[in-house]
Amino acid sequence: MGLDIRTPIGLMFALIGALLVAYGLGTAGSAMYARSLGLNVNLVWGAVLLVFGGTMLYLGRRGAGKA
Amino acid sequence: MSDAIQLGGIDYVILVVYFLFVLGIGWTLKRYTKTSEDFFLSGRSIPAWIAGLAFLSANLGAQEMIGMAASGAKYGIATSHFYWVGAIPAMVFVGVFMMPFYYGSRARSVPEYLKLRFDEKTRAFNAISFATMTVFSSGISMYALAKLFKLLLGWNFNFSLWVSAIIVLAYIYLGGLTSAIYNEVLQFFLIVLGFTPLVYLGLRDVGGWDGLVARLDTVATANNFAPGAWSDSWVHLHSPAANPMGVEWFGMVMGLGFVLSFGYWCTDFLVVQRAMAANSMAAARRTPLIAAVPKMLFPFLIIVPGMIAIGLTYAQGDFTLPRMADGSWDYTMVIPQMLGHYFPPGLLGLGLTALMASFMSGMAGNVTAFNTVWTYDIYQSYIRKDASDPHLLWVGRMTTIFGILASVGTAYLATRFNNIMDFLQLVFAFVNAPLFATFLLGMFWKRATGHGAFFGLVSGTVAAAIHHGLTLPNGAPVGIKGGWLAATPWHSYSSEMAQNFWTAIWAWTVCFAATIVISYLTRQRKSDADLKGLVYALTPRPKEEHLPWWKTPEGIGAMVLALVVALNVAFW
Repeated sequence: MGLDIRTPIGLMFALIGALLVAYGLGTAGSAMYARSLGLNVNLVWGAVLLVFGGTMLYLGRRGAGKA
Repeated sequence: MSDAIQLGGIDYVILVVYFLFVLGIGWTLKRYTKTSEDFFLSGRSIPAWIAGLAFLSANLGAQEMIGMAASGAKYGIATSHFYWVGAIPAMVFVGVFMMPFYYGSRARSVPEYLKLRFDEKTRAFNAISFATMTVFSSGISMYALAKLFKLLLGWNFNFSLWVSAIIVLAYIYLGGLTSAIYNEVLQFFLIVLGFTPLVYLGLRDVGGWDGLVARLDTVATANNFAPGAWSDSWVHLHSPAANPMGVEWFGMVMGLGFVLSFGYWCTDFLVVQRAMAANSMAAARRTPLIAAVPKMLFPFLIIVPGMIAIGLTYAQGDFTLPRMADGSWDYTMVIPQMLGHYFPPGLLGLGLTALMASFMSGMAGNVTAFNTVWTYDIYQSYIRKDASDPHLLWVGRMTTIFGILASVGTAYLATRFNNIMDFLQLVFAFVNAPLFATFLLGMFWKRATGHGAFFGLVSGTVAAAIHHGLTLPNGAPVGIKGGWLAATPWHSYSSEMAQNFWTAIWAWTVCFAATIVISYLTRQRKSDADLKGLVYALTPRPKEEHLPWWKTPEGIGAMVLALVVALNVAFW
């Protein structure tokens, strides 16, 4: 099949991850993090999504190179 | 529900990003979808890991996410039996033993396998009941989604219903099964990555696993059960009165573990279709095995939040489940309520998108299974036998539109006549319960005949209805819950779940016995040559001798089973 699914998955999570990281940085110290037990979950989880997205993109590109 | 959750701009942005990717995948795949086999079977070109994740994701619809979290709150860790006794062994069985016939026979659907193995009427019975059921399931999924988003976010019911319907329609119309499968993989990752922080925050809040167990002991004693009734999976199964599910171990293992789970995972075309789309026999056999690994861990993602929610509710802190009109807890609100409680704007958008994704993957799974069965097993078989391939592709796309519109219609029907839905689901349960007996005999006993299979299925379905009509769960009113066949019920079950399990056991047993008896009384019209590739004894074993044992399907299956035994023991 012509589309390697890892590429769109990687792109989407990298994009959402970047959005969350930026939003987390912008809202650092906000009272709304009382909900998440004082953790800036947007920043932390955004970074996780960014790494996951990047890994999928890398795997997708490597797969495309092989084919 | 005190008040609707307020979404911020960031949350809407995440939701829109998801929608754009889902549609983009469909749009990109459009140019690769040229034949009916591309549209209905992804041209049998899907690698094992993608088919495996889609196999899992197609089942992760609304009923699964909302329902299993609700059961986690209502019954505790014993809900894991649906996974660790039910799903996993069945998934190993379908991969190791059944896939050689499904994939090897080149059947394009489960009903088509029944036609090749048995006869036309058995196929028709399965195709028609299955097609009807998928439309209703997808409609119920849409209804649940629209109702939830109205309650939770204050969104207009019609808006949520039509937006989700149109997006699913668009991506299936464009890219067919491949599009549904690719999106299911995306949805799988979204669900895992969207709910993991919820489990982490919840567990951290209650003081880890030990803290959760302590809180659940309070829940158990408050409901007059022994402490541990919510946190041990097997200890309290010696008697139906000792556990909140109201089941005993034999009914659970046979009814849920054997009949219902094998019936679903081994014969439901909704999931089997994903494996049939795999690119080789080796990949098709690995599809359910790959799916089994994450499936094994899903209790931690879906059931644990329910357990945390009920623990917090009884601790009377700042989290509480809403109550229903009759005063009982509204368990279906576990996931949405927990998301609103722990997730700040930003992550909340991700969590709600994950919830939306689960509803959409469930809907899409039903729609792709429906359009295939309708086009191949009904249209091509009974309406236009000589249809050309481009015509079938066109019919598939039209059927997708029709299927979605029918589902939307069903969703509106559900808003007005809730008991019709309950009634239909009951009828489908009767039809499904005996199915696995037919497949088991069909695949492993070459003497089973078409008449045997058909009348066996009919007798099993009737047996399910009779059992339901003669029994009643304790305290339930006569009617949709049972007891409608006798002035006084012949037997009372301690819970609806126990009654369901035993209905399935009766249906399976009657179907199994009736198929054998009728097969002996009727002539086998299929020669051994006809049955080659369809029955175990007449099919060469797929050989993968060049592989070390732990890379073969049997080896992977054995490892999966060992892990699931370990999980059962760990949460005994």
